[in-house]
Amino acid sequence: MKFAFYPGCVARGAGPELFDSAVAVMDRLGIEWVELTGASCTGAGVLQEKDQKLGDILNIRTLAMAEQLGLPVMTICSTCQGVMAQADRRVRKDADYLEEINGYLAEEGLSYSGNTTVKHLLWVLVEDIGVETLKKTFVKELSGVNLAPFYGCYIVRPSDALGFDENPERQTSLETVIESVGGNVVDFPGKTACCGFPILLINQRNSLRMVANHTGTASELGADAMVTPCPLCHLNLDGYQPKARRQNNRGKADLPIIHLPQLLGLAMGMDAKELGLGKHLVNTKDIIGKVESIAMA
Amino acid sequence: MNSKLKVSRFDPETMGSGQRRWDEFELDLHPSATVLDALIQIREEVDGTLALRCACRASICGSCGMRVNGEAKLVCKTRIADIAEEGATIVIEPMGNHGIIKDLVVSLDPFFHKVRQVDPYLQPDEEPEQGEFVVNNDSMENLLTAMNCIMCGACVSDCTVLEVDEAFIGPAALAKAWRFVEDPRDDQRDERLKELNEIEGGIWDCTRCFKCVEVCPKDVAPMDRIMEMRDMAIKAGNRNTSGYRHTESFSKSVKKHGRLDEARLAVESAGYTNIPRLIDLAEIGVKSVLKGKMPPIVPHKADENEKITRIFERVESERNT
Repeated sequence: MKFAFYPGCVARGAGPELFDSAVAVMDRLGIEWVELTGASCTGAGVLQEKDQKLGDILNIRTLAMAEQLGLPVMTICSTCQGVMAQADRRVRKDADYLEEINGYLAEEGLSYSGNTTVKHLLWVLVEDIGVETLKKTFVKELSGVNLAPFYGCYIVRPSDALGFDENPERQTSLETVIESVGGNVVDFPGKTACCGFPILLINQRNSLRMVANHTGTASELGADAMVTPCPLCHLNLDGYQPKARRQNNRGKADLPIIHLPQLLGLAMGMDAKELGLGKHLVNTKDIIGKVESIAMA
Repeated sequence: MNSKLKVSRFDPETMGSGQRRWDEFELDLHPSATVLDALIQIREEVDGTLALRCACRASICGSCGMRVNGEAKLVCKTRIADIAEEGATIVIEPMGNHGIIKDLVVSLDPFFHKVRQVDPYLQPDEEPEQGEFVVNNDSMENLLTAMNCIMCGACVSDCTVLEVDEAFIGPAALAKAWRFVEDPRDDQRDERLKELNEIEGGIWDCTRCFKCVEVCPKDVAPMDRIMEMRDMAIKAGNRNTSGYRHTESFSKSVKKHGRLDEARLAVESAGYTNIPRLIDLAEIGVKSVLKGKMPPIVPHKADENEKITRIFERVESERNT
């Protein structure tokens, strides 16, 4: 199983622990990968506000690079997943548009013909690897650990760009993975809502209210940690949780936000430090302690 | 077809605001029954006190917006067989972000107050010389997206910003504003854009979460309309917002490096003169460094990033000609 790996800007910038833990976990899962080091940022929806076509050119360029390698794209960012899938959907629906976009790529010797796919690691786990095989890589059963899922908008909406009709299991994939490590799913309505990150730098008050609501509710429901496949959500829910909960009177900032690969790594018995769990702003000591107290199977 | 419905109940005469009761009903329904058919059957055969609002039963009037299994829908358009396995419980609640009058009936007064806030009528400077204004087909087809809105309130119900901020004008009213900004008969375009750019709860407060796009039963795609207005407002010269600085900084970074320069984006969005925000950012920056991470001060770049720069330059030069 080999992928053209697209980690996204945050995993390569402000959230290096995501990149490191993903690579470590992919190795254990037997996933081969080659990083698309020449690919651009997806634009995250921001660039698309200004110029959707420009955004589409950049993302189709990334897909064309993967197609040239004969590999499907794998990402570890919900936002990148969504933005690339939206661009892919637009060119698949409109052959003239695809031709126009390809016109901008010709200079580089690139051309996209729709012969690749974009898949988040989360989907690869449930679709390509499968829960039973996945479980065989785990050495610990995280029973008694309460985990709240938090998807990130662009991996759940718009649903018609995300292949939910053909792959309905994607809609519950994060719960499936939490169950596969033996954890208890803490279900709450905010799990598919916005984390507030896109407006953090525009309307911080509203952004932090969202952080406080989601983390506060999950804590009140007994979550030991929140798990997310989106590094942008992580930046906000982790980095701004102390300020958000203080400002909105939602208790202590005590909910660790765990990247999806970090959760897998813990179940695989990897060292918390190796997984970068010491790099979070919300202290992860309690959840690490809880996992360490579980004996290896 | 056997169906189970769990219905949220609220009686203003006996319950305080925010309280609710859940009633469960088990019904034998026709296989093609909609959620509305089920609710009417409850009201007519089981519990005559159930309050709900509906009229056309054909997804035209926009009266029967409710939350079904956590998502806003027109219940007349929602077939039970499409959303639940036989025997699975369907949860029905009033729409979110609206005040509840009774059971499943919400107050739409704040909704229409916000629609009125965007002056939802044409404001031409002059009367047509004779007869009526003539508008070409393309202009009207463009407007059809937003004109399809039936004011059901589904987008408002599930809007993630309205959940935390009542002042946000919201997806429905902003889509309505777009409809007049784009109408060639209107002469207040620039004034409208300036206002939507500046007021509290205007176009920059949307988080781009796609909820409104997802739940709209008429494909109005309010979020897309809001994004278009951001670009129109910028092009009309409205640049004094952190939203504008954010978009510009983001775009500049990707153009130059092929990647996002997070540190610079944060600082430039705040604005170099916004001291309290800069102090706030510095605090997070210092905490990150102490934890052993920080966006590189020298931004990371895509390999052969000049190729990405060239694509930007080509698209920008085409846009300007």
